[in-house]
Amino acid sequence: MDKIKAIEAEYTRSDLPAFDSGDTLRVHYKIVEGKTERVQVFEGLCIARKRSGGRKTFTVRKISYGVGVERIFPLASPRIHKIEVMRHGKVRRAKLYYIRQRQGKSAKVEELIQKKEG
Amino acid sequence: MLGLIGKKLGMTQIFDEKGAPQGVTVIEVEPNLVVAQRTTEKDGYSAVVLGWGQIKASRRKKPVAGQFAEGLEPTRLLRELKGFEKECKTGDRIGVEAFAGVSWVDVIAVSKGKGFQGVVKRYHFSGGPKSHGSMVKREGGSTGQAHVKTLPGRKMAGRMGGERTTVQNLRLLRVDAEKGLLLVHGAVPGAPGTAVLVSRAKKKGLV
Repeated sequence: MDKIKAIEAEYTRSDLPAFDSGDTLRVHYKIVEGKTERVQVFEGLCIARKRSGGRKTFTVRKISYGVGVERIFPLASPRIHKIEVMRHGKVRRAKLYYIRQRQGKSAKVEELIQKKEG
Repeated sequence: MLGLIGKKLGMTQIFDEKGAPQGVTVIEVEPNLVVAQRTTEKDGYSAVVLGWGQIKASRRKKPVAGQFAEGLEPTRLLRELKGFEKECKTGDRIGVEAFAGVSWVDVIAVSKGKGFQGVVKRYHFSGGPKSHGSMVKREGGSTGQAHVKTLPGRKMAGRMGGERTTVQNLRLLRVDAEKGLLLVHGAVPGAPGTAVLVSRAKKKGLV
């Protein structure tokens, strides 16, 4: 198992910020079109993080022209250029799948005000 | 055929040069011992006998141990490979570096035992409709005509798995000579820890 972990460790990204479900993210994702490469930004609410060894993923949901769009990104993907955490959310559960059934104000996540330490 | 015996460690995910995730099976290959060589002059065909795995001295059986030349440590498993492409002599150790430049492989191993299974799982029978008054759900159907015996080879429920299984044409994504690992795209028969025979893909030519 250690040898498998060593392989997974090669792809682990230490340059990405810490975030959790409920946070609003801007994911800068590299897209290859033929030979040109460009960076696309996907901004939305992180509704789930799946943690499983080298196969960690996170799901980002946004409303695009009135339609809900979700994208699942592998956390170790070298295609992720960077992740910006726009705001931290105050949530009570790890998976925010209930957001899918909500619309408008009830689909909002309150901002988490972090208390200063000390 | 170029081949090596290794141990299946398990599966994980790597990313290719385009950044796309690829599911891979990790196979650990401790350098295989060249136990014997069959030659056209002596045996009528040319082959290499590879040995893999350690075995306690008390577990060695004489007929197996007798195949090892003097000074060679008997191994757990022996496999004979016809037309081995690499030059080698008895007593050599061959590791994963033999696979440098190979991009497609076949993998042979003993599959996971699945116990007594019905025909739907075991032979992919389609079964009957599940509803609308159906009286046939997962049955195997008729096994022959009246007054005639059931012909041998009829597919029926029974023990599934735990048998030698070959998977052909898997991409070899990485050869890690330092750690002695082969990373093969996709799934490979058997549970982690199973001995697997990895060989150059039979149907892909010398690529």
